[in-house]
Amino acid sequence: MQPIDKVFKALADPNRRQLLDRLHARNGQTLSELCEGLDMARQSVTQHLGLLEDANLISVQRRGREKLHYFNPVPIHEIYVRWIRKFEPRRLDALRDLKTKLERQRP
Amino acid sequence: MSNATFVYVTYIATTHDKVWQALLDGELTRQYWQHENVSNWQPGANWRLVADNAERTVRHVGKILETVPNKRLVLTWADPEDAANPARHSRLAIEIETVGEMVRLTVTHDELTPEMQRKISNGWPRVLSSLKSFLETGRPLDVYA
Repeated sequence: MQPIDKVFKALADPNRRQLLDRLHARNGQTLSELCEGLDMARQSVTQHLGLLEDANLISVQRRGREKLHYFNPVPIHEIYVRWIRKFEPRRLDALRDLKTKLERQRP
Repeated sequence: MSNATFVYVTYIATTHDKVWQALLDGELTRQYWQHENVSNWQPGANWRLVADNAERTVRHVGKILETVPNKRLVLTWADPEDAANPARHSRLAIEIETVGEMVRLTVTHDELTPEMQRKISNGWPRVLSSLKSFLETGRPLDVYA
């Protein structure tokens, strides 16, 4: 599998996206911290983290006895450059804002 | 000072010495970063990042802490006005390792002020993607597009 395919596959799962959101909110968490408040078995979290690491979306650093997980945005930036930036982000932003506004007004 | 740490990783199909050279040679950094990295890279030496513009604006400054050629570089990183204030220097560690037929480049930036945190979290993914493209294809990306 090409590296970029791994990134898209990793991002295709809502649980893995949730893990990335949690690391984006607070970078450098242990497995136990990441499991807190999640409706997911520790073993599943471990598997998801393995896939995210394989896709280079997170990196794992050892600090003493702890393994800390860090969100790595570099592959997402590559997606942005290759598939988003060239499709006129300003107009897309305007369209998204309009959609958000209209949907909020819906009764 | 926040205790936030950012870790950026990119895999590049190249060699250790090419990544090392691309990071330390101002002529090369200018091509994919639009800035020149200037230092003699000896521990204790000053370092600065100079914009490739007519004014040659100095964007960041710091001191070299550790140099292991082709493997590891550690330096402090601050805004020019904080040059003499070590409490406002962040710390940047660059690590180059071999993984299979690729080189893994890890950039760890910590001991950041909140302002510096905002600046670098926007910057590193762009610079590293451009570096990867530059080394693999000879063409950098437009870092500030």
